[in-house]
Amino acid sequence: MVQIIDRRFDSKNKSAVNRQRFFRRFKQQIRKAVADAIDGRSIRDTENGESVSIPAKDLKEPQFGLDRSGEWETVFAGNDQFAAGDEVERPLGGAGSGSGKGKASTDGQSEDDFVFQLSREEFLDAFFDDLALPNLVKTQLAAIPEYRSQRAGFTADGTPANINIVRSLRGAIGRRLAVGSPYSVRLREAEAELEDLLLRVGEDDPRARKLREEIASLRAKIESIPFIDKLDLRYNNRVRMPKPSTAAVMFCVMDVSGSMDEEKKATAKRFFMLLYLFLLRNYAKIEIVFIRHHTIAKEVTEEDFFHSRESGGTVVSSALELMQDIVRARFANGMWNIYGAQASDGDNWENDSPHCRELLSENILPFVQHFAYIEITPGEPQNLWREYEKLRGGHANFAMQRIEGLPDIYPVFRELFKKTIL
Amino acid sequence: MKKRRKALPSPAEWSFELIDEYHREIARVARDFGLDTYPNQIELITSEQMMDAYASAGMPVNYHHWSFGKHFLSTEKGYKRGQMGLAYEIVINSNPCIAYLMEENTMMMQALVIAHAAYGHNSFFKGNYLFRTWTNADAIIDYLIFARNYIAQCEEHHGEEEVELLLDSCHALMNVGVDRYKRPPRLSLEKETLRQREREEYLQSQVNQLWRTLPAPGQKPQEASEARFPPEPEENLLYFFEKNAPLLEPWQREIVRIVRKIAQYFFPQRQTQIMNEGWACFWHYTLLNQLYEEGLLSDSFMIEFLHSHTNVVLQPAYNESWYNGINPYALGFAMWQDIRRICTEPSDEDRRWFPDFAGSNWRETFDFAMRNFKDESFIAQFLSPKLMRDFKLFAVLDDDHKAKLKISAIHDEAGYRRIREILSDQYNIGSREPNIQVWNVDLRGDRSLTLRHNEYRRRPLAGATDEVLRHIARLWGFTIRLEAQQEEGRVEILRELRNEKRRTSR
Repeated sequence: MVQIIDRRFDSKNKSAVNRQRFFRRFKQQIRKAVADAIDGRSIRDTENGESVSIPAKDLKEPQFGLDRSGEWETVFAGNDQFAAGDEVERPLGGAGSGSGKGKASTDGQSEDDFVFQLSREEFLDAFFDDLALPNLVKTQLAAIPEYRSQRAGFTADGTPANINIVRSLRGAIGRRLAVGSPYSVRLREAEAELEDLLLRVGEDDPRARKLREEIASLRAKIESIPFIDKLDLRYNNRVRMPKPSTAAVMFCVMDVSGSMDEEKKATAKRFFMLLYLFLLRNYAKIEIVFIRHHTIAKEVTEEDFFHSRESGGTVVSSALELMQDIVRARFANGMWNIYGAQASDGDNWENDSPHCRELLSENILPFVQHFAYIEITPGEPQNLWREYEKLRGGHANFAMQRIEGLPDIYPVFRELFKKTIL
Repeated sequence: MKKRRKALPSPAEWSFELIDEYHREIARVARDFGLDTYPNQIELITSEQMMDAYASAGMPVNYHHWSFGKHFLSTEKGYKRGQMGLAYEIVINSNPCIAYLMEENTMMMQALVIAHAAYGHNSFFKGNYLFRTWTNADAIIDYLIFARNYIAQCEEHHGEEEVELLLDSCHALMNVGVDRYKRPPRLSLEKETLRQREREEYLQSQVNQLWRTLPAPGQKPQEASEARFPPEPEENLLYFFEKNAPLLEPWQREIVRIVRKIAQYFFPQRQTQIMNEGWACFWHYTLLNQLYEEGLLSDSFMIEFLHSHTNVVLQPAYNESWYNGINPYALGFAMWQDIRRICTEPSDEDRRWFPDFAGSNWRETFDFAMRNFKDESFIAQFLSPKLMRDFKLFAVLDDDHKAKLKISAIHDEAGYRRIREILSDQYNIGSREPNIQVWNVDLRGDRSLTLRHNEYRRRPLAGATDEVLRHIARLWGFTIRLEAQQEEGRVEILRELRNEKRRTSR
């Protein structure tokens, strides 16, 4: 009559489709939340999901309902002081308890935001969506880095499954030999003596008997040495190594003079983030150096890099010089792959631009893997652009592009990196 | 008293053997009490699966919709942060009756849930007239499978977005998409599939009939003294649109129908909360106590059981911070206990108030009450003065024209009947939810649709009304008008939503 069924191992994500439908429907809001989140996040912070909140009014499911006004007569429990006909101030029972909640909520007026958690994959999806990345690239970038399990010699403890038999037995033989060797030496001597004695005297000689007893006790001693001991056991040792194992340093150079407004900075930030993700595919360890400049350059924290604002003129060469100094001081030992990315609106002090070109071609390009320059401007190319253009063609590891808005970022990014080297 | 038997083991961890053993004993006792149930199917699930079940309104299969995803996300968030616990069980009104048990429950909880769901709710589903009339337990799972497949097919043919918009509109009308008086025909999978095509054609031809009477151009407009259409106001909006909306395609009508059927299926549950939960609590309490009397349950089991039982049936007072209205579990449980008391040990007062069943056989009275009532009538019929005193019930009149609240009745001789009346009305769907009906369609003119809200005690419609009207306009395709009729008879137009949608050619 009864059936007891164990469903615990049945399909788990029954709601996955509904969850996706939900994301699709609120794509706009989610995108916006992700964009806001990116503004508040560190460039490196691509490992985490994000909690997204959507105004409740956007996703309520409307129904006809009644308002609380008009006449309502409600029954309550726990009368402690009232008699029929009493008049009482609103709300009943003082603040907090209010009146029968069931009805008040039918009007759907509660305006709390609906907050939920995006996983890392969903977060990156939304992030890349914004950038109009082709899907193929997305999967490559969003993939969680693989680890390689690598041999790392042997250890004295581990799980039985990892016992290395050859190693363990070799240890056991060694131990047995070492522990037993005094006995074996004496045994061989005794056996030789006995043989010698037997040739010379007869079988019944008391000396022969004594020797035989000694031999027997030596044999017993040798045999009582354990064949294998806990001491002998060796286990294969494996360690998890992330696949990419070389180090890279990424220089983010950005113009923060008055003409770079928040919008342009946000565009630049996405570009840097994308570059970071791109490098992450290939390098396990990535240092980021932030250099901002107006007329003088300064190495700053990420926070300052994106959020503080300066005004005044622009001398781009100051930043390139600083970058050169930092490379010499900290990254010159040949262990580092150096990448540079420069974002600017192209505005520069007229006489400085030729100097920049020289600096770049003489002192920077020879040492870096790649250097990318993006000019974020809706208008005509500026003087820095025209100078840099002279470098194009001469250096395989230099690329430059112009960006007007967010959707341009990915195509430009591809353009920048299409024939390079990683 | 029977010979005491050896107590069943009650470890914290359950096992399949133990569940089976407990179930056997509970089933035996339930049979002795004469509980009539559908066969049981007990399913063990994980908390994640429980959240899945939550998200699709407790049904094991359902069609896909973003709103279910939203519910899943919010349950998941609440659960993971420890803000809310999940219910210990979900039980589905189907034949066999499916009860979900969560794997996190202790053995005691599993036994409690079996008694509560598999015997309490199950017998209520099988016996109560509302469930017998409105739902067909044999066919619901099949029907849901049909619905899911059909909607998936529509998504393939017409695009997910289009189906989703339609479902949004239908969901907005679920509360006004039920028949409250007419008896529905029975559901069955084969019939549904077989007839579905026929119905498509038939429905479409009906609609065409209706609109064929459109005047030819140049003809004089008819006099205003025309008969209304529909001739009688229609309370089931989804039904009305399914049959009469001029611009819906056949597949769209079918989806409207599916949502309507599901709304109808859940309708009895909304009307029998006190009775149903009270009934289930009464039986888990009674069945497990019976087992304890027979010596099958250990003291530690009983203490753990009573601890969770009292938590469930607790009724806080109005001025306590966790007061959240009348707790249906508490009131329901107390009422059934009280009916049993009136039957077995009636006082003089009970004999005066309940002459027809005071001192009767309690099992027979129970059966009668369970089968033939809903919350509203159950309270009106069975709420006793003693219980009103125990709960210290009092009624408060909140009239927005008056500066102060007025206590209209309390638990005394003068107030019993009044309180009973008010509480009964509180559970009447007709006064708790707005009464909106299709009043008229302008067949000869602009095809505009007029809805009428019959106001009750000056309670106006709430803020979401405009959005719901937009959904109605999407289904109807032409101008929508919403009127309100006050109790004294005055009618005023509340909203008008102009809409000149044309059928898109496809």
